[in-house]
Amino acid sequence: MSDYTFAYLDEQTKRMIRRAILKGVAIPGYQVPFASREMPMPYGWGTGGVQVTAACLVPEDRLKVIDQGADDTTNAVSIRRFFQRTAGVETTEATAEATVIQTRHRIPETPLTEGQILVYQVPIPEPLRFLEPRETETRKMHELEEYGLMHVKLYEDIARHGQIATSYAYPVKVEGRYVMDPSPIPKFDNPKLGHSPAIQLFGAGREQRIYAIPPYTQVVSLDFEDHPFTPSKAPHDCDLCGAGESYLDEVITDDRGGRMFVCSDTDFCASRRAAGHHGALSAPEPEGVA
Amino acid sequence: MTHQPKFLVADQPLFAVEGLTKRYGARIGCADVSFDLFPGEVLGIVGESGSGKSTLLSCLAGHQRPNEGRLSYAGRDVLAMGETERRRLARTDWAFVHQNPRDGLRMGVSAGGNVGERLMAVGARHYGTIRATATDWLGRVEIAADRIDDRPSAFSGGMQQRLQIARNLVTGPRLVFMDEPTGGLDVSVQARLLDLLRNLVRDLGLSAIIVTHDLAVVRLLADRLMVMKDGRVVEQGLTDQVLDDPQHGYTQLLVSSVLQV
Amino acid sequence: MMIQIRDLSKTFTLHNQGGAVIPVMAGATLDVAAGECVGLVGASGAGKSTLMRMVWGNYRAGGGSIRVGGLDVARATPREIIALRRRTLGYVSQFLRVVPRVPTIEVVAEPLLLLGSPPEAARARAASLLTRLNIPERLWSLSPTTFSGGEQQRVNIARGFAHAYPALLLDEPTASLDSENREVVLRLIEEAKATGSAILGIFHDEVARDRVCDRLVDVRAFTPGAMT
Repeated sequence: MSDYTFAYLDEQTKRMIRRAILKGVAIPGYQVPFASREMPMPYGWGTGGVQVTAACLVPEDRLKVIDQGADDTTNAVSIRRFFQRTAGVETTEATAEATVIQTRHRIPETPLTEGQILVYQVPIPEPLRFLEPRETETRKMHELEEYGLMHVKLYEDIARHGQIATSYAYPVKVEGRYVMDPSPIPKFDNPKLGHSPAIQLFGAGREQRIYAIPPYTQVVSLDFEDHPFTPSKAPHDCDLCGAGESYLDEVITDDRGGRMFVCSDTDFCASRRAAGHHGALSAPEPEGVA
Repeated sequence: MTHQPKFLVADQPLFAVEGLTKRYGARIGCADVSFDLFPGEVLGIVGESGSGKSTLLSCLAGHQRPNEGRLSYAGRDVLAMGETERRRLARTDWAFVHQNPRDGLRMGVSAGGNVGERLMAVGARHYGTIRATATDWLGRVEIAADRIDDRPSAFSGGMQQRLQIARNLVTGPRLVFMDEPTGGLDVSVQARLLDLLRNLVRDLGLSAIIVTHDLAVVRLLADRLMVMKDGRVVEQGLTDQVLDDPQHGYTQLLVSSVLQV
Repeated sequence: MMIQIRDLSKTFTLHNQGGAVIPVMAGATLDVAAGECVGLVGASGAGKSTLMRMVWGNYRAGGGSIRVGGLDVARATPREIIALRRRTLGYVSQFLRVVPRVPTIEVVAEPLLLLGSPPEAARARAASLLTRLNIPERLWSLSPTTFSGGEQQRVNIARGFAHAYPALLLDEPTASLDSENREVVLRLIEEAKATGSAILGIFHDEVARDRVCDRLVDVRAFTPGAMT
């Protein structure tokens, strides 16, 4: 029996966070301030996402936690264990079986369904922060829908690099109103933000903001008419499962320039391999990878 | 296309000010200032430090709220406007040229980005067009086109000031507020800037309100002049008349104190 | 009647010199008809330039009226005076006052540009005037601030005649000019008269005065306390 209250946070705190979530869902893309609590992990390690997940969990939930698409990295493992211990919920690595998915910097490849909640960990919620350091000004800009500066950033990219160089945390406009930072997901994932059947919640613990995209919401990535948005990825297939449409991690295999590309989403890749798919570097017989 | 004179003597003032007063506690910032500004007119406001001219300008431009008085722009009551509308006005119809160009520019953004920002803020979404417009404006303020991608931190003071002017004028404002536009610049650079401002005012039919302590600047740029002392307007009228035939004792003192070169 | 001055007076009050009050003009009355040139005469300091500056609106009138093309300059608003100066009333002062570093041809073309004339036409007119006044073409792109006194005066005159003002004020237009250039200026004045301009001028140069002035008015008659 756990000595913690369910999911670590006390009921009043969960209630406060739920109110913030409700407000966020009611105003898609709007950053709702909330009283972020001290969590047993430092800032920058997912405290915002953990608080949102904690406020959403019920004992019947099945939780999946991924970090850069992987279930087996240190952070994903730590957070999963944290909730096993404080909430006693079942956990899973299968996207299709999870009811709540907490993620750092990726959206799962497997399409989400109604009834699922995706919780993002957010470092800097304010998309304009690096252009306009004053919080007073950025709040005014959101309030008055003054987003010219956001396009200035994209303009600068094109002027400097010939194309919009932003490759992650690519700003979007939600329901034609608020400009939002979708957290540092690769821009390849941006199209999955819009018209999703799932509820998407974003938590920033250090910055004390929660925002949300309710299901089936219009989300448009910002661009120019003559430099349209392209969700790009490495032009390779996964070397393990052969998938051509998933986001890939590049892995350096030796000190002679050798490298391989593998799906960033470990569950997706494993499912495909279990179904019999293979890529260039995984032989059909279990005789080991080169 | 026939070249229309840009400053038709219109019947309605572009900017009407009545009884404007700003207090800081018991101290007067500026008191009981009234004037009308018509399209195409340039009004100079001169005074020494502490005269209240900068306070007046910041009240006129909407940076501060006056305690008393009425302010109307193109017939609309500015003080009754919501903040959204006032900010939109400041981005489109109005422009503000700061004394220190660093206050009016984004130093971390390229020259082209600085000029293009106002365009993008009002909905421009075609990169090629934005860049072409920015290049055109840089040319108008005599900044070489190949500097479009440089940051303002790489520019001289005079160039920064000209960039600030381009950034402000790109959306075709009708009213420009200027706070000591040539202050801090070398004399030769000042001359160039004054010439540029004169031509832009004439070619674009701008109205302008210029605050300065430099009488030579108002003589060159302003049609009308207001002289301020201790927060009040002591004399106002045609620029060359106020400077050549000053009626008020303070104006006479000011004019006679100017060093002749 | 293009220029109508009635009972004009002027007093200077020097607040910073003990409030000294200096009356300089009283009861000035004068008419200039279209096509006429009236010369102001009188000893130096008698008030010729003062009168002219009041007509221009540069000095404020103490009392009386100054009607130019129907507008009373003594009572007009700054806007009205500016509009008058743009379209109706020209002034060639003794000194050339320009924005530094503006090319000569732009200086001369400016009155036309202010009236909305297409730039090429304005510059063409400026060029023809500068040619008549013997300013060589190689100087047209330079600022007149570095020119000699005579050259500056000729640029000043060119600017004053660029637009055909119905009323024109000339303060010593032929001073510091040699006889050839003086002849050009006098010809310009005659042409202006022929097209109907009313001209009020100050000419110390007797030859010029005799040539172009239809009447002379002695401003000493307007000195305060003088017998009329």
